[in-house]
Amino acid sequence: MFQSIGEIILLFGQALAALPLAWRHRQKIFDQLFEIGNASLLMACILSLFIGGVLALQAGSVLVQRGLGNVIGGMVGVSMCKELGPVMMSILIAGRIGSAMAAEIGSMRAYQELDALRTMNINPIHYLVMPRVLAIAIALPLLVIFSIMVGWFGGALVAAYNKMILISFQSYFNNLRQVVDLGDVANGLIKSFAFALVIGVVSCHQGLQTIGGPRGIGRSVTKAVVNSIVLILILDYFLTRLLINL
Amino acid sequence: MTPTSNHSQSVSVEVRGLRKSFNGVAVLKGLDFKVEPGEIFVIMGPSGSGKSVLLKHIIGLETPDAGEILIEGEPIQSSSVMDKYRMAMVFQSGALLNSLSVGENVGLYLAEHRLKPEAEIRRIVSEKLELVGLKGLEDRSPSELSGGMKKRVAIARALVVDPQLILYDEPTSELDPLMGVAIGEEILNLKKRTQATSIVVSHDRDLAFGVADRIAIINEGKILFIGTPDEVKNHSDPLIKKFIHAELKKT
Repeated sequence: MFQSIGEIILLFGQALAALPLAWRHRQKIFDQLFEIGNASLLMACILSLFIGGVLALQAGSVLVQRGLGNVIGGMVGVSMCKELGPVMMSILIAGRIGSAMAAEIGSMRAYQELDALRTMNINPIHYLVMPRVLAIAIALPLLVIFSIMVGWFGGALVAAYNKMILISFQSYFNNLRQVVDLGDVANGLIKSFAFALVIGVVSCHQGLQTIGGPRGIGRSVTKAVVNSIVLILILDYFLTRLLINL
Repeated sequence: MTPTSNHSQSVSVEVRGLRKSFNGVAVLKGLDFKVEPGEIFVIMGPSGSGKSVLLKHIIGLETPDAGEILIEGEPIQSSSVMDKYRMAMVFQSGALLNSLSVGENVGLYLAEHRLKPEAEIRRIVSEKLELVGLKGLEDRSPSELSGGMKKRVAIARALVVDPQLILYDEPTSELDPLMGVAIGEEILNLKKRTQATSIVVSHDRDLAFGVADRIAIINEGKILFIGTPDEVKNHSDPLIKKFIHAELKKT
């Protein structure tokens, strides 16, 4: 395990060192951005709408019973910004994009495409890893902003139309505006940026470590997703402690 | 490693005391041989005898546990050798990048190292594909090609480097006999055209005897014999005889 952590940190360092080559590889970065957005936007929309809705439903019914119905907007707003938006989106992206990265690089390794790159003096970290890590580090915070807004809207819908709650849109968003500030959104964006780096580097690392044929690729994909999610949840705790006063 | 438009100047390759183990299992047990400039040197041996591992050492994809590989007398481990001499490898599977078209695969080296303008790369790609009989297939995807076509694209990709040393890993495996002959002819033509030194790993006897200047027989990580095709055919060692003359007999 410690060897893997060391390798992941080393790979992250190598990807960072390759950043000056980003302009040269811009087409690959755009391709990855398109892939991430195209594959995730609809899922992100559905997921966030229902997360916001469930939040409003769970908390709303209890808050309304205690005469605190007008604070639902703020509660959903802060929860989406600080926790559910970044964490749920990162888990979605780890499953959808992290797995694809591990599978693609893993199959390139299994079918000697990485060796072919090396024989042409093309560094696989510059050619494959850096564009993917950079693309996900740009795309995930953007997806999280989208997710937060859709989540707010999902919460507002449930708050307005559920018979147990019945809080108007105006009241919901007034409270949301009062409670949520830029620091809360920044909190979510910082977290999602850190989670994006975890997903990108862990998935590429698993792909590069693939041994064997289809079974090895399958193993790498599973490890990439599981390790990413575990690391995201562990990192989430420490980032929350670090950013608690932001 | 910069390609030139002129024909290559071939290089010598010397392997000295090469040893390699994986997880405690010795794969190469001290190999010594020298390949002369411009020679076609075929390495034959049964599956699992360490041929492909040897080839990966020669191109620098593996690091030896002991011993050294010298290109024109300079150890390959020194970084300057990889930059100084132009080397290319044709992989057993072709190892074409599936995410790229045939043309992009062939021109990848030039494009990634920004060695030529785009129009010039297109011209060179078209020229190299024509050399291997695949003119006009630039826009195809590797998944649309047959096994033989993939190998020829891989050869075209290797030619873009204008190699001084070209390594072939099982170039005729998974091919029908006609395509095998075509690939063998391609290897001979390339030698005539480029004078590059060629090292071919294969257990295809027809290919080996058809193209080789010299053949090395390798078994269980050791070299059993090195000689001309005739010397190998007439060798008295029972293991070599068994490998060279193996035939299926109906009982």
